[in-house]
Amino acid sequence: TQALLLKLTVLADDEIILAHRNGEWTGHAPILEEDIALANIAQDELGHAGLYLSLAQTLGGSDPDRVAFWRGPDDYRNTRLVELPKGDWAFTMVRQFLYDTSEALWLEAATRSTYAPLAEIAAKAVREEKFHVQHTALWVERLALGTPESERRTQAALTELWPHAAQLFQPVEGEAALTASGILPDLNAVHARWTDLVTRHLVDKCGLTLPDAPTTQPGRDTHTHHLAPLLEEMQSVARQHPDAEVW
Amino acid sequence: AEQHAHFEARIARGEKIEAGDWMPAEYRRQLIRMISQHAHSEVVGMLPEGEWITRAPSLKRKTILMAKVQDEAGHGQYLYHAAETLGATREDMLQALLSGKAKYSSIFNYPTHTWADVGMIGWLVDGAAIKNQTMLAGCSYGPYSRAMVRICSEETFHHKQGKEMIVAYAQGTPEQRAMAQDALNRWWWPAMMMLGPHDADSPNSGVLTKWGIKLKSNDEVRQEFINEHVPELLEAGLTIPDPDLHQDEQGNWRHGPIQWDEFWAVIRGEQGLNKERLGARQQAHDDGAWVRDALQAYADRQRAVAAD
Repeated sequence: TQALLLKLTVLADDEIILAHRNGEWTGHAPILEEDIALANIAQDELGHAGLYLSLAQTLGGSDPDRVAFWRGPDDYRNTRLVELPKGDWAFTMVRQFLYDTSEALWLEAATRSTYAPLAEIAAKAVREEKFHVQHTALWVERLALGTPESERRTQAALTELWPHAAQLFQPVEGEAALTASGILPDLNAVHARWTDLVTRHLVDKCGLTLPDAPTTQPGRDTHTHHLAPLLEEMQSVARQHPDAEVW
Repeated sequence: AEQHAHFEARIARGEKIEAGDWMPAEYRRQLIRMISQHAHSEVVGMLPEGEWITRAPSLKRKTILMAKVQDEAGHGQYLYHAAETLGATREDMLQALLSGKAKYSSIFNYPTHTWADVGMIGWLVDGAAIKNQTMLAGCSYGPYSRAMVRICSEETFHHKQGKEMIVAYAQGTPEQRAMAQDALNRWWWPAMMMLGPHDADSPNSGVLTKWGIKLKSNDEVRQEFINEHVPELLEAGLTIPDPDLHQDEQGNWRHGPIQWDEFWAVIRGEQGLNKERLGARQQAHDDGAWVRDALQAYADRQRAVAAD
């Protein structure tokens, strides 16, 4: 169960960090409707993180808030994709699209997990995730096929983010056994479906150019210099009150 | 003149005036001013609490705060829609806000210093807003009345969550309790002023009352606010920063003198964060210009494709 514990934490880390980046948009989105939509997406991400960490707790993990607020950058296992600064609207929408498509496909496969509690979480979360994909896919299309400036920003975002997306499909230590026993989806299969789906949308429909895939990829145990300040901000209130038990 | 008499008779009968109905130009003007100012307040009101989303001390609190700020954006939407039923355009209203010509509730020009401010804003600011909105829910203009009913029910939930936070912190660690008391010390008087100047000093009240938009005076609404919240704050173990506060023989809580000079200075932007709040909205508006251009270009393109 150590491998499953690690996998659940990895999944939660991506959600927490991405929700933080989206939270930075509050009150600053290009139109009011998007403030609402993005806040909605970020709440779902936090909800998913809570589900994963609660399940992890039943497997011997710590209290979810402890996991979220009392680990430092060395212990977080999120991808670089989600920790990069929020950038402009194109950057956020492209990042969200790459992430949401990956999560939706993984969750879809996870609904068939032989481990019932995970299958239940997946069944709940996948419906929300499909909404996210619809929303962000449309935004990427609007920006890519909008004005020359929006196209350029969208292409620039894709060029920068694409190399990091591959980290989403890295197995954690011991994951192979869980895949073999049907507890976790096969990441290679998810990756293949994901590549097909995003290529059709980004290239065929949006007219964007995919950068070359990276030949090597850093592990989730290393991060950019952006994660430390992010966690410092995120954990600042909680860590000012180490004795507090109720928030 | 006959239309005007008919209109006045409808008001007297307590009928709702709807968007397509005849109405005096001044009625329309006053409503656009009030509703758009309310909408601006919701949108600017996202900023003080929105700053704390990334620093919320638990996953649950972070989610609740995000949902709350999202609701405020939604309230802004309902209210802009209501103003549009009177002929105002979203673009014009936004430009009036961004240029500083339109006002918004100056309570949001006060800085938030600690996490407890988020709870206290929920308790006091939303508490004051609810009193006002409950009154407005009975106003004569249908779309505004219905928007108030809807907003009021969501605001009531926010108020409850804020109170819940403060009560918990007042019983939590010494640092949490101190944080809560400090927040009350800083937000009590602004919340009192938020309900508007004394009746004698309120420039628009006369015409609003006559036409069934404003059903109670500022002073009446303020009295309701105090009567409800003073006992609860005291019960939570907090000290209200008004040495003159006392109950009279009818059981109404009587407050000390309000520093109206500060109120007007904050509205004029001489004190507080008026420049910063508008600056943030302007920045968001300008940074998003290319996005709105893209939306337009994409929509034009889709229409052209559909027309083929």
